Amino acid sequence: MKSKWFSSLGLGLATVATAAILGAAPAKAKTDLLVYTAVEADELKKFKTAFEKDNPDVNIKWVRDSTGIITSKLLAEKENPKADIVWGVAATSLLLLADYDYFQGYAPKGLDKLSKKYYDTTNTPPLWVGQRAWIASVCFNTVEGEKHKLPLPATWEDLAKPVYKGHIIMPNPNSSGTGFLDVSSWIQIQGEEKAWKYMDALHENIARYTHSGSKPCKLAAKGEIAIGISFAYRGAKSKNSGAPLEVIAPSEGVGWDLESFAIVKNTKNLKAAQALADWSVSKTAQEIYNQEYAVVAMPGIAKPVKNFPVGIEDKMIKNDFKWAASNRIRILDEWRKRYDGKSEPK
Amino acid sequence: MSDAALAAPRVKAKVSSEDWIMRAVLVGIALYLTVSILLPLYAILSKSFKNADGVFVGLANYVNFFSTPALFWSIQNSLTVTLICCVIVVTLAFIYAYALTRTCIPFKSLFKGVALLPILMPSLLPAIALVYLFGNQGIIKDWLFGHEIYGPIGIVMGECFYVFPHVLTIMLIAMANSDARLYEASDVLGASRIKTFFTVTLPSVRYGVVSAFFVCFTLVITDFGVPKVVGGKYNVLATDIYKQVVGRQDFEMGAVVSMVLLLPAVFAFAADRLVQRRQVALLSARAVPYQPKKNTAVDTGMLIFCCLIGLIMVSILGMACFASFAKFWPYDLSLSLKHYNFDLMDGGSWDAYWNSIELAAWTAVIGTAMVFTGAYLVEKSKGFHSGRAAMQLLCMIPMAVPGLVLGLAYVFFFNAPGNPLGFIYHTMPILVICTVTHFYTVSHLTAATALKQLDGEFESVSQSLKVPFYKTFFRITVPVCMPAILDISMYLFVNAMTTVSAVVFLYSPDTALASVAILNMDDAGDVAPAAAMGMMIVGTAAAVRLVHAGLTRGILSRTQAWRKR
Repeated sequence: MKSKWFSSLGLGLATVATAAILGAAPAKAKTDLLVYTAVEADELKKFKTAFEKDNPDVNIKWVRDSTGIITSKLLAEKENPKADIVWGVAATSLLLLADYDYFQGYAPKGLDKLSKKYYDTTNTPPLWVGQRAWIASVCFNTVEGEKHKLPLPATWEDLAKPVYKGHIIMPNPNSSGTGFLDVSSWIQIQGEEKAWKYMDALHENIARYTHSGSKPCKLAAKGEIAIGISFAYRGAKSKNSGAPLEVIAPSEGVGWDLESFAIVKNTKNLKAAQALADWSVSKTAQEIYNQEYAVVAMPGIAKPVKNFPVGIEDKMIKNDFKWAASNRIRILDEWRKRYDGKSEPK
Repeated sequence: MSDAALAAPRVKAKVSSEDWIMRAVLVGIALYLTVSILLPLYAILSKSFKNADGVFVGLANYVNFFSTPALFWSIQNSLTVTLICCVIVVTLAFIYAYALTRTCIPFKSLFKGVALLPILMPSLLPAIALVYLFGNQGIIKDWLFGHEIYGPIGIVMGECFYVFPHVLTIMLIAMANSDARLYEASDVLGASRIKTFFTVTLPSVRYGVVSAFFVCFTLVITDFGVPKVVGGKYNVLATDIYKQVVGRQDFEMGAVVSMVLLLPAVFAFAADRLVQRRQVALLSARAVPYQPKKNTAVDTGMLIFCCLIGLIMVSILGMACFASFAKFWPYDLSLSLKHYNFDLMDGGSWDAYWNSIELAAWTAVIGTAMVFTGAYLVEKSKGFHSGRAAMQLLCMIPMAVPGLVLGLAYVFFFNAPGNPLGFIYHTMPILVICTVTHFYTVSHLTAATALKQLDGEFESVSQSLKVPFYKTFFRITVPVCMPAILDISMYLFVNAMTTVSAVVFLYSPDTALASVAILNMDDAGDVAPAAAMGMMIVGTAAAVRLVHAGLTRGILSRTQAWRKR
C-alpha cells in the first residue's frame, strides 16, 4: 500500500522531469546567429521576423542590453568573442572595439546606396556600417510640469536652472549609450571645461541616474518625474501611446549616435552574419528603421515620424565619432568620479 | 585517519559491503558540495587578489576599494539600513508571534498565512509595489511627508516587508517552545502580567530573538532586489557588486566587494549557530505546553496590531497586482492584460517564465533527492565519523554565502579556461546546480530534523533481518519522512522561482528567468510588465503551496496515522 502511492508520486515526478527535458530540446536545423544588440526590446521581434522571412535558414538569437553594458560585455570577451555580429550598437562603441581588432571588414551588397557619412570610409571594406541615428531629446511631462509650475525648457542651459531641482532624471552614461552621447555632445558643443561646469550645475537638479537610456522618458511618461533626458524615439513612442509629453530638442544642438553593425572577426557563422549585413542595408530594412526613427542611413527613404521633435535633423551636432570613441573611457571615469555615489547619507 | 582509530575499539568494527556503498554515496555528495561551493569560493577569493590579466597583485584591489569613497560609503550605508531593518522587523515579528501564540485572538491561521505572503515573491516585487504606493505618482505618497521613497526609506520599508515572514517563523518556533509550568508558578507567586512577561516570556525566547536578529541581518545585507529598485542614489554593497560586474564588467572589483559582503554574512551565520546550540538544553521533557487565557484588553490590542500588519502585507501585494493590470499608470487606470505580453519587453519574453518553471522543477526533484539522501547517510550510516562530520560541515557552508557572491564565484570557477566542467557554463544545469547549492543548508536541516525523530532501531532490526539498507530506506525511511520531503521540495521549488541574486550572473539568452526578467524590465523602465511577471511568480508559487498543502494532508492521513494513538 505504502509503496504504491510512493511509486505513483515518483512516476509523477518523472513525468514532470521528462516533460521538462522534452520542452528544453528544440528542433535544430537552422544556423543560430548570435547577435549582440542595444536596439530597444520592443523593436527586436519586428526585425527578427522580417529578416528571417527573407533568410529562412538563419535563426537570430539576441543578446540585448544597454549600450554601455553590451560594450563592456564585448570588451570582457575580447580574448574569446562569443558574438557573431554586433548589430544596432553605437558607432562610438564599435570604433572603440575596432581598436582591439574585433571586427572583420565587409562591404554589404548595396553599400553604395548609403550616405557616405553614415559608414566607415577609412577602411575598405568598411569595418562598420551605420543603420540609423538615434538622437537625444528631452521628455517633458506637461501634467507634472503644470503641477510643479515648471516652465517648458527650450535649451540645455535651462535644465541647469534651480527651478528644476529634483525634477530631472538622466541615464548614467556608464551603462547607457544615450547618457554617453549627451555628455559627449555637451563637451563637443561647449568645450571640456565649460561642459563639466554645466554638468556640475545639472547634477544639482538630477533626482537620480538610471541604468538605461529609455527609462527616464518612460518615467516621465508616467509622471514619476517631470523631465527625463532620453532620446527622440522613446519620447515619440510614449507620446503616441497617450502620455502627456512634450518631446523637446534643445536649441544648442543635440547629441546623436549611429546604430551600426560590424561582423566579429573569425565568427563561425560568417555566411549568416553577412546575410544579416546585406539585409540591413537593403531598402526593406531601411524602411523598417524609418517606422520609428526619422534619420536613416539611406538617403531619400526617410519620411517624417509622428511626434518626433520638429526640425531635429538640423539640430544634430557635428558628431566626431573618432574623438568620442578615443575619449570615451576617460570621460566616463571622470563622470563617475564626479557624480556617481556622491550620495553619502545625509 | 582518525576514522580508523575511532572505529577500532568498537565491537562492530567490520565494515560490510553495504557500508562501503553508503560511504561511496556520501563521498559522492560531499564531492558535489566541494565542487559546487568550496572550489568556487576559492576561485572568487583568489580572483580578488589578481588584476584583470590574472597576475597576482596582493592587496592592491582591496586598497583600491577602500580608497574609492563611493564604494567605501556603501559599507556604512549597508550597515545602517540593515541594522534599522533588524530592529524594526524583530520587534514587529516578536509582537506578531506573541499575538499568535500567547493570546486568544481569532483567525490565527489566517493571520499566519497572510504574514507568510512575502515568501512567494522575489524581493523586487514589494519594491516595485512601494513605487506605486509612495513614488511621485503613488496613491499614498503624502504619508512620507515630502520625503522620497527612493533611498534609505524605501530600502528599509521594502526589506522589512521581505524579511518579515522569515523572522516571524523563527519567533513562532521560539514562542511555541514555552513551558506552561513557569507561567503557573509566576501566577501563583502573584506576579503581574507585565512582570511575568519580563521574567518568564522574554528570557525563554531570548535565543530565538538573537537568532532572528542574525537571520534578518544576513537576509537584508545580502538582498539585492529591494535596493536595486528603490535605492535611488543610495548605494549599498549588494547593488555595488552588480554594478561593478554587470555595469562595468570589472570582475576583480566585484570579487573584492563580494569578499567584503561575505564577512558580515559569515559572522552573523556563525553567531547564529552558536546561539542555536545553546537553545537546545532549554526545554525539558516534562514541559507542559502553554495555553493562553482570555484577556480582553490585550486580545483586542493584539487583534488590531495583527490586522494592521496583515493589511500592510495584503495591500503591498494588492498594489503590485493592480499595477500589473492598469493600462497606463497613472493616466489611464482601466484594466488590461497588455503588460502580460512579455514578448515585446526586455527580459526574455514568456520563455523566461517557462525556463523558471523548468529550473524550479529540476531543483525540486534533484535537490530533494540529493539533500535527503545526504542527510540520511549523515544521520544513519555507521562508522566513518570523520567523513560524516566533514559532510555535516559542508552542508552548513551554503547558508553563509550570499547569493550574489555564489553566482559570481560560479562565473570565476566554471568559466575559467581549462576547467573540465566549463561546458555547463551558460546552460540550465549550472542554474540548477547553483540553486540547489544556494538553498542546500535549510533543506538539509529540515531533512536531518525529520530523520533524527526516526529511531535508529529500524536500521538495526533491518540489518539483523538481512534486509538491504536501501530497502529499509525506500520502504520505511522515505514514507515516514514524506512530510519533510514534501516540505523540502516545495521550499526548493518556491525559492528557485523567486531567487534573483545568484542566477543573475549565470543566465544566458537561452535560459533567461522570470525573476531576472523582472529586474531587466524594471531597468528598462517597463515597471508595469515587471510587476506582471512578479504576479506570475506569486501565482505559481501560491499554486505550488496549495498543491503541497493538499498532498501533505492526504499523506498525513494515510501514512502518519501511527503518530497518533
